[in-house]
Amino acid sequence: MDNNIKSPAIQFADDDRVDGIAKVTGRAKYTADQRPDNMVYGVFVTSTIAKGAIKNMVLHKAKDAPGVIEIIHYLNCPEVPGHTPYKKDPAKKGYEWRGLKIFQNNLVHHFGQPIALVVADTWERALHASSLVKAEYITEAFETDFDKLRKDESKLKPMGTYKRGEENAYKKADFYVEAEYDIPIETHNPIEMHATIAVWEGDNKLTVYDKSQGPKGTQSELARNFGLEEKNVRVITEYVGGAFGSGLRSWPHVPAACIAAKMVKRPVKVVLNRRQMFSMVGYRPQSWQWIGIGANKDGKLAGITHHAISNSSRLEDFREGIVNASQYLYECPNVNTSYKILPLDINTPTWMRGPGEASGAFALECALDELAYKMNMDPVELRIRNYATVHPVRKLPWSSKYLKECYETGIEKVGWKNRPAVPGSLKENGMLVGYGMGGGVFGAGRGNAAVKAILSQDGKLVLQSAVSDMGPGTATTMTKIAAETMQMPQQKITFMLGDTDFPPGPTQGGSTTTSTLGGGVSLVCEELKKHLKELAIAHADSFKNMKADELDVKNEKVVAKADAAVTISLTELLQKAGKQQLEIVKESGGPAEASKYAMNSFSAHFVKVLVNPQTGEIKFGKVVVTGDGGRIVSEKTARSQMLGGAVMGIGMALTEEALIDHKTGNYLNNNLGDYHVPLHTDVPEIESWFPNKPDFIINPMGSKGIGEISLIGFASAVANAVYNATGKRIRRLPIKPEIVV
Amino acid sequence: MDQNKDCSGRRDFIKKTTALTALSIVPASLLKAGEKNEAIATFIEKAPLKLEINGKPYSLTVDPRMSLLDMLREQVGLTGTKKGCDQGHCGSCIVHVDGKRVNSCLTLATENNGAKITTIEGLADGDNLHPMQEAFIRHDAFQCGYCTPGQIMSAVACVKEGKANSPEEIKEYMGSNICRCGAYPNIVEAILDVKKSGAKV
Repeated sequence: MDNNIKSPAIQFADDDRVDGIAKVTGRAKYTADQRPDNMVYGVFVTSTIAKGAIKNMVLHKAKDAPGVIEIIHYLNCPEVPGHTPYKKDPAKKGYEWRGLKIFQNNLVHHFGQPIALVVADTWERALHASSLVKAEYITEAFETDFDKLRKDESKLKPMGTYKRGEENAYKKADFYVEAEYDIPIETHNPIEMHATIAVWEGDNKLTVYDKSQGPKGTQSELARNFGLEEKNVRVITEYVGGAFGSGLRSWPHVPAACIAAKMVKRPVKVVLNRRQMFSMVGYRPQSWQWIGIGANKDGKLAGITHHAISNSSRLEDFREGIVNASQYLYECPNVNTSYKILPLDINTPTWMRGPGEASGAFALECALDELAYKMNMDPVELRIRNYATVHPVRKLPWSSKYLKECYETGIEKVGWKNRPAVPGSLKENGMLVGYGMGGGVFGAGRGNAAVKAILSQDGKLVLQSAVSDMGPGTATTMTKIAAETMQMPQQKITFMLGDTDFPPGPTQGGSTTTSTLGGGVSLVCEELKKHLKELAIAHADSFKNMKADELDVKNEKVVAKADAAVTISLTELLQKAGKQQLEIVKESGGPAEASKYAMNSFSAHFVKVLVNPQTGEIKFGKVVVTGDGGRIVSEKTARSQMLGGAVMGIGMALTEEALIDHKTGNYLNNNLGDYHVPLHTDVPEIESWFPNKPDFIINPMGSKGIGEISLIGFASAVANAVYNATGKRIRRLPIKPEIVV
Repeated sequence: MDQNKDCSGRRDFIKKTTALTALSIVPASLLKAGEKNEAIATFIEKAPLKLEINGKPYSLTVDPRMSLLDMLREQVGLTGTKKGCDQGHCGSCIVHVDGKRVNSCLTLATENNGAKITTIEGLADGDNLHPMQEAFIRHDAFQCGYCTPGQIMSAVACVKEGKANSPEEIKEYMGSNICRCGAYPNIVEAILDVKKSGAKV
């Protein structure tokens, strides 16, 4: 756990990441970098049909290949206790959510499904042998074409409706817009490919190195799968190379590595390849949305109707909050929404950064823009006229909301005043120029987190929690929170994560880490201060007759409030108390006043685009991302996270689209050469801005999350700017040059 | 299908010819199919290789199918160089071979006999970070850190090649390094900073 590798030669600023040196020197150990003794390699064979059954597995060539130790498939896979059929209550509707099973039967549910794992003593040998495994199939007709099938009502599963006021009231408004929006499948594609290394000690003790956003979640799932006590399953996620949602659950390769390691009685390393990153670890589902939105002459919204369909797999019903923001982002008396899913014969989708909200915001924020043009009103003005101060669904005030400040600053920074009133009328150096904006909202949740604090006699403080950090800089932020609470230098604090041997921390997802885990860090530090005060009263003569509330802990000392000269250093105090170290574990929970307030983070994105009128190529003149994330604890890393959201937004808006070949059910562009994530050349200068106003109702730091809002609404800003530049409304992502011209 | 047949025919031919050499040494009649393959493999999967990595000489025996990347990571244990796609798309595996940046996933280990390899582990001078490593920290030019070794090795080469004179030029010459966390603007700033400082790279 070398989070805090410090180089004696260099003094970095307090703002720099605590794991920076580990990351720039190659010392940071990601899952596939771990090398337990005696390790062997597993390579998957995946299905080459989309639906049907395996008739025969031809294994003899692979078995005879050099170095092959075992080939695991449905015929020889030992029973996995957690894979036995789930006893479902037939009276209860709903779906089974116990993870996807692997090697349990001969059924094929999607193209690229793992059907065998070849284990050999080297990776090259396993890879070669995997190419020798052949499967013969009984094929069945399959369905993968979302655009076609979503029109067939009988294939859709309803996932709920919402109604406030009158249905379809938008039609009665002075102005209204009806439009549909399409978003293709997008894949997370973190640069670190998913990997798992499983190590058994005997039959009942399992250690797993895994790329996971929630080591505790992986631990419970593996314990349940293999019938083990949780304490006998240790999950290590020292460094995670991005995930963006793909690591929120354990995909089948995780139990597969464990099954294999148990069978061959050696540690097994399984690393997915880039192709498998498309077919095995989820994606943002394809969606179709229909919006009707109307406003009266006074600029007040009269009605919003929002229908959405997104795809899931045949095995699992995956749903997300695609229509939610339409219900509460703006004040509007009449709102009705519906959401349905379309099961397809492809792999299961999962949450991808800004999950359903990012898809929903594209539709809502583009429709609002269309409405504003129809009304001849500034799109920002339209939003301000319908600014909600009370959550329209829950009828509760917001714990904090500084979205107006985001609008005002965004307008200023992007140069909104230069926006052409008539689309397609402004040119700079031969390029069509347009300005657009779009915003978003996401829950600002806070859950439970347990954190251990260990203060040693040498004055160093170590904090531990079983969380992982996929990149935002969790250890850096937590170190800052601890330093603030303890009022001590952050160089003396180490935050350790990535190991389920630490107290249970939250899964990193849904923009909650700073709030949830930071709340835990803050609480355990407060408790530590309390203990230190008590120790001072009990062991230091100068504090003998004082009460705890007359003391302070700061600058590595216990200090009497009344007389700053009466102090004892923490080091001396622990010595006097005869303690090598002081160790405390505390668990914090949700906000005390959760039922009295609505809690959300908000964003507003502004872009200036330059469109080549001949080629349709879109370049950015200026990008401004603003986000109300409460108080920003770590400005440098928060800025980076906002930039990252904008970059992913550029991909969502302009290039990202996973295509399925409906003749085979396979992904057509399942590699980073053909699935276009933004590159250096696609990314302009990006300015980020935060109101930076604390929200102490949610947590003692006053922080809300920013991971999702940095992306939510971004694609709509681009589409709206392209309209402003060209007069062409693009309602289907990605916005390709050939569609623009 | 036909193509596959062709391929396997060619493969079989190579296998058989190699087997001839191998079997002249091993008493083949005593071995089962799997063992026979294993025996053959002991000859053909062990290619001798001498090279220098981060200033240290190595004398290795490698599987001829092994990429330079896998050799560094799995055989030598230098896991700082990352595998992000194994297809030459992402740039996470970039190392310097005789001073030039190379996608180590696209070159076989055996092609590098006699070469001088520098990986991310060899960039710092003991505890003194390379100026590019320092700049990446100062400019927060990464989040998850996974593409970082490749970005840094590429960035050093970019400056050495004289292609770091403007943000536009840097973006062009860093075009083959993907960062999914989106640290691009910070990476460009870090490289510009190093270039402007005139530090020796």
